[in-house]
Amino acid sequence: MTGTRGLVAAVFLLPALVLLGALVVYPIGYSVQRSFFDRAGTGFAGLDNYVEIFTDDTILTAVRNNAVWVVVAPTLATALGLVFAVLTERVRWGTAFKLVVFMPMAISMLAAGIIFRLVYEQDPDRGVANAVWVGVHDTFAESSGYPRARPLPVHPLEEAGGGAYVTKEPVRAGTPARLPLVGVAPADVPDDARPAREPRPAPGAVTGTAWLDFTKGGGGTPNAVDAREVGLKGLRIEAVRDGRVVATATAAADGSFTLPAAADGALLWLPEANFREPYNGVDWLGPTLVTPAVIGSYVWMWAGFAMVLIAAGLAGLPRELLEAARVDGANEWQVFRRVTVPLLAPVLAVVLVTLMINVLKIFDLVFIIAPGSVQDDANVLALQLYRSSFGTDAHLGVGSAISVLLLLLVIPVMFFNIRRIRKAGR
Amino acid sequence: MGSRTAPASPASRLASRLAGGVTQVFLVVVALFWLMPTVGLLLSSLRSPSDISGSGWWEALTAPAQLTADNYAAILRNDTITDSLLSTVMITVPATVLVVVIGSLAGYAFAWMEFPGRDWWFLAVVGLLVVPVQVALVPVSKLFGQVGVFETTLGVVLFHTAFGLPFAIFLLRNFFAEIPRELLEAARLDGAGEIRLFARVVLPLGGPAIASLGIFQFLWVWNDMLVALIFADSDAPPITVALQQQVRQFGNNIDVLAPGAFVSMVVPLAVFFAFQRQFVSGVMAGAVK
Repeated sequence: MTGTRGLVAAVFLLPALVLLGALVVYPIGYSVQRSFFDRAGTGFAGLDNYVEIFTDDTILTAVRNNAVWVVVAPTLATALGLVFAVLTERVRWGTAFKLVVFMPMAISMLAAGIIFRLVYEQDPDRGVANAVWVGVHDTFAESSGYPRARPLPVHPLEEAGGGAYVTKEPVRAGTPARLPLVGVAPADVPDDARPAREPRPAPGAVTGTAWLDFTKGGGGTPNAVDAREVGLKGLRIEAVRDGRVVATATAAADGSFTLPAAADGALLWLPEANFREPYNGVDWLGPTLVTPAVIGSYVWMWAGFAMVLIAAGLAGLPRELLEAARVDGANEWQVFRRVTVPLLAPVLAVVLVTLMINVLKIFDLVFIIAPGSVQDDANVLALQLYRSSFGTDAHLGVGSAISVLLLLLVIPVMFFNIRRIRKAGR
Repeated sequence: MGSRTAPASPASRLASRLAGGVTQVFLVVVALFWLMPTVGLLLSSLRSPSDISGSGWWEALTAPAQLTADNYAAILRNDTITDSLLSTVMITVPATVLVVVIGSLAGYAFAWMEFPGRDWWFLAVVGLLVVPVQVALVPVSKLFGQVGVFETTLGVVLFHTAFGLPFAIFLLRNFFAEIPRELLEAARLDGAGEIRLFARVVLPLGGPAIASLGIFQFLWVWNDMLVALIFADSDAPPITVALQQQVRQFGNNIDVLAPGAFVSMVVPLAVFFAFQRQFVSGVMAGAVK
């Protein structure tokens, strides 16, 4: 009887055990063994491949980045998930919110990678991250953006050092000042710049015009406001007397500006800020920021996972405890900090550990988002394993050693799982 | 906040109303922030190549007239993309079905059959839950090379099935174990053999767990890139690999990448929205995978 039963059980189990044995268990043995052999796979190399992981610069970068990943990404995703889970309980459309934040989990890391490759595009006219960043930056540090603009020798301006320009003669109230410049690229001329206006004298004030002294197609007279020449809108002008700025003005769309009488007898400075290259945003996918940037995309994908698990834990909390704390006079922050979080600790631990295991193997996002030129800087263990195993310069010994390292790092979780099951089984 | 003890006081009611308002605003901002990257790619996929290279996708918000489905029409005529979608289906469906079938058989055996060392075998399978696929990439490609299934659809399917099994067996064994013993005993008394018992009693009762597992595995395989990158037939790569090959020229091919990514996302998103509950319970069971 047990004989046939055992046979039936074997039939039921056979397909699973064959697949697991051949494609999961056997590879572990193979990798462990292979990790002790050299590049060719013929000579015993002892621990050389493992030493290489911690001495080779490129691989060491991967180790370091992976450490950053494992600490930062799960913590951020869990913290956000916790905040979202607690807050969504208080709004009626909480389910809709959860759906929005959870949705990225359903899509592939490849699709998420493409999505974020676009977010992080360097050109502020295409990548939304830099569009926002440049927008904020320009609000606080206005750059009118006339790089390489300069006066001609016949102009009343001269170089003042440090990229600024200054009038050769002091200006007088009632005598209009002329500030002509050349060398502005058509793309740098604001769309709303208007034809420049000949400066008009005004009593008791220093007036003037700052304009681009260049007629498209030629024919203009230097140092004169010709018909098709435009004002240098937004140019900053400072009146400086005795080394002090006594007044400032900004040129209007037609290039005109007005300074108060205090500017009488001052020199007009065009500060260096006028001629700076326009701010082009942050190089998100450059060598220094690429890892934080890719971690950002991971948090976008996985905060929803943390949120859903924590929300489920939250739903199971004894409400009376929270209410009791409130009745005792605790404010919401104290309730959160002293009651909710400690009660949720087991759930938070599960979420953190799950995300850590997941992050340890992170590959697709880095592979897709980091441009080829910075993949060395963005390197992580799984990416290095892929390169060592299948790249042009493959070294299967090192690749296997990395895979064994990954396996060693998850073994504590393996035992944790087994212990949990054994306990549940009793 | 001592006023909490007197919940009716108008001041505290105002304070909590105010806090509620702040919460609402904060969550709306977060939700928009979360949607923005996807909306950006969606709008990009609906703009002409010249619009894409000329200005940011947000310009389309104020000029909806520039939206067009041309890019989608173009990629659906593009054989590389349509063939790769077909490959994705050819990999995903068998890999899902196989995991469900093989996993249920084993899950049932672990739950209800008597054989020596049963619990140890099960614990060993649970131990395999966290084995990273990376460990198997090189050894299995050698093995597949020897058997002649390297770079074939069959190879990808087998690999995904094997790595889906520990979770499948874990989930289904636990679910099947909850089936009341009397149901099984009654069927046994009626003379049902193990196979009929499995097909007529266990499988129908296991529906919810099988659904969770199926959805999880389906999304996992559909969305996979790494395994396919190594094991798939290079003449018939799935959509993730086909798109990945385009990423190298990122910048001047957004009119292909953006709609391509969306086409690849349609199925998982539909599955996600249609089977949210099963997906969530799969995620819960799969924590610490």
